[in-house]
Amino acid sequence: MATHHSRSAARLMMAPAVVLLLGWMLVPLTMTLYFSFKKYLPLRGGDLGWVGFDNYVRFVSSSAFWPSVLTTLTIVGGVLVITVVFGVLLAILLNQPMWGQGFVRILVIAPFFVMPTVSALVWKNMFMDPNYGLLAHLWEFFGAQPVEWLSQASLQSIVMIVSWQWLPFATLILLTAIQSLDSEQLEAAEMDGAPALMRFAFITLPHLGRAIAVVLLIQTIFLLSIFAEIFVTTGGAFGTKTLTYLIFQRVLESQNVGLGSAGGVYAIILANIVAIFLMRIVGKNLDK
Amino acid sequence: MGQIKLSKVSKRFGDVEVIPPLDLTIADGEFTVFVGPSGCGKSTLLRLIAGLEDITSGSIQIDGTDTTDVPPAKRGLAMVFQSYALYPHMSVRKNIAFPMRMAGVPAQEQDRRIAAAAEALNLTDYLDRRPGQLSGGQRQRVAIGRAIVREPQAFLFDEPLSNLDAALRVGMRMEISELHKKLQTTMIYVTHDQVEAMTMADKIVVLRAGVIEQVGSPLDLYHTPCNEFVAGFIGSPKMNLIKGAEAQKHGVATIGIRPEHVEVSSTAGLWHGTVGVAEHLGSDTFLHIHGVAGCDPMTVRVDGELPVKHGDEIYLTPQNDKLHKFDGQGLRVD
Ligand SMILES: Nc1ncnc2c1ncn2[C@@H]1O[C@H](COP(=O)(O)OP(=O)(O)OP(=O)(O)O)[C@@H](O)[C@H]1O
Ligand SMILES: [Mg+2]
Repeated sequence: MATHHSRSAARLMMAPAVVLLLGWMLVPLTMTLYFSFKKYLPLRGGDLGWVGFDNYVRFVSSSAFWPSVLTTLTIVGGVLVITVVFGVLLAILLNQPMWGQGFVRILVIAPFFVMPTVSALVWKNMFMDPNYGLLAHLWEFFGAQPVEWLSQASLQSIVMIVSWQWLPFATLILLTAIQSLDSEQLEAAEMDGAPALMRFAFITLPHLGRAIAVVLLIQTIFLLSIFAEIFVTTGGAFGTKTLTYLIFQRVLESQNVGLGSAGGVYAIILANIVAIFLMRIVGKNLDK
Repeated sequence: MGQIKLSKVSKRFGDVEVIPPLDLTIADGEFTVFVGPSGCGKSTLLRLIAGLEDITSGSIQIDGTDTTDVPPAKRGLAMVFQSYALYPHMSVRKNIAFPMRMAGVPAQEQDRRIAAAAEALNLTDYLDRRPGQLSGGQRQRVAIGRAIVREPQAFLFDEPLSNLDAALRVGMRMEISELHKKLQTTMIYVTHDQVEAMTMADKIVVLRAGVIEQVGSPLDLYHTPCNEFVAGFIGSPKMNLIKGAEAQKHGVATIGIRPEHVEVSSTAGLWHGTVGVAEHLGSDTFLHIHGVAGCDPMTVRVDGELPVKHGDEIYLTPQNDKLHKFDGQGLRVD
């Protein structure tokens, strides 16, 4: 039982954390909103006063806006599908008793510890480079013309790089979920005459429903804002300009803080639409 | 039909031989109970029969056909697990339907069997609930229902009642026994509760460290246990085993007398002791008597009405025709 005294002590002690969190969130949000209603060009006159919804209208009417939304959704969707499908398969594989299990698990999880910038550079230079990348050598070995990955299949390449980074996360969460599956359920299904594929479909997959929902939600939050992978590979060219990247270009390349801020507000709206949409599909798995 | 025959079946996990080669025949329609202390290999033996574990050597025949290498699903056996192992995301109806769905039973036939099983097991009102919304006893019945609809050659139960409270356990015990009377199907039932074993079994198999100590009807085991282990294991409270001078008088190493076969008197008797703890059950009272040579404490059962209390002096006389005698190896001497 918390006494009155201990409750107020608890509040006092939580206060710094709450204030810090609020500050972290509220200050940037308010500033974004503030700038989005201003004409603010740091190198070309600075603060040029209020402009109402001008920035918002200009941002959406730019020809780059809708393609960037589509690109964002394509990347997020592609990475989610790949990481969940391969995550489930890898988790099942890693759950089998095998020699050197601990070591293999560490290997599978390793990509998660590589910084996005570094992994994108490694992919760009070591694998996807059309002259001296490993994939180019592979293609040449079979007598084929090396693919210029980042210009010819730019979106797919980025999806691949990002999937590689996030696959460990999905695998890890799904592996722990698989480990919590009661083996007697599988044995019961086996005795009930369900072959391996049916056991997967009827027992394992429903059991993983909740973990898959968690993976989808968490990854979406992070994937909507991927930036480094695009910055160091294509620099937004070849149809890889996401909403985040477009905002970056508006603010830093065009030096238009007001326009970029309006884009930021659109990004928040997009994130919420995606989140609500996802919650609708997968969220009901969470409260079972 | 469901005759099950194990020949020289053994099982090792790595270097540990959990079950040394063992022979056992279970007749068709028989209710067989495996009992034994924890870790003696009861579950392992059941899982070997089910096919969930591979046997290390030997062979298993069901109805005369060798099923040693037949996968579990094809053996025609249904198993009820200790944890029930219901499918949590399926309704009770879907749980019960699952084995039929896998076997491709037509939908109408499925519905008919589900209705019949639900009727027999009092589950009709719960068919659309999830297992998570049921009580322990109801879950147990769903697990049994899922086994019944397969119309198996034999049922395998692994401690199905151990998660239930005492009252429910007695009720379910009766239900399973009645089910057996009705279906007349072979049932193998694993338990470490010897009351369950005594009340339900046609035949009890007593196991110790993977070795069959004795096979027989409950009363056989009660009246003529073949060794000290079985004597101590079957019967509640346990048989009193007396060593030393008292046993010498009968020319053996150990004599045994069940608590219900000792007469008590406050004036005269063969043995003499003081009452320690008295457990009053109402109908009976179990007295733990201290000071009897060769067996301390000795347990005796007396009428619940008998006025005895802690510290009373008491005289005991065993019924001579109910004495069990065991030699130096613990084997029965007649
Ligand atoms: N997969 C396994 N690997 C290694 N040893 C095992 C395995 N399964 C069981 N054992 C061992 O086999 C022995 C018998 O186990 P089993 O589960 O059959 O006991 P039990 O008689 O069912 O006991 P309980 O009454 O506690 O359920 C135990 O000593 C156990 O440690
Ligand atoms: Mg067991």
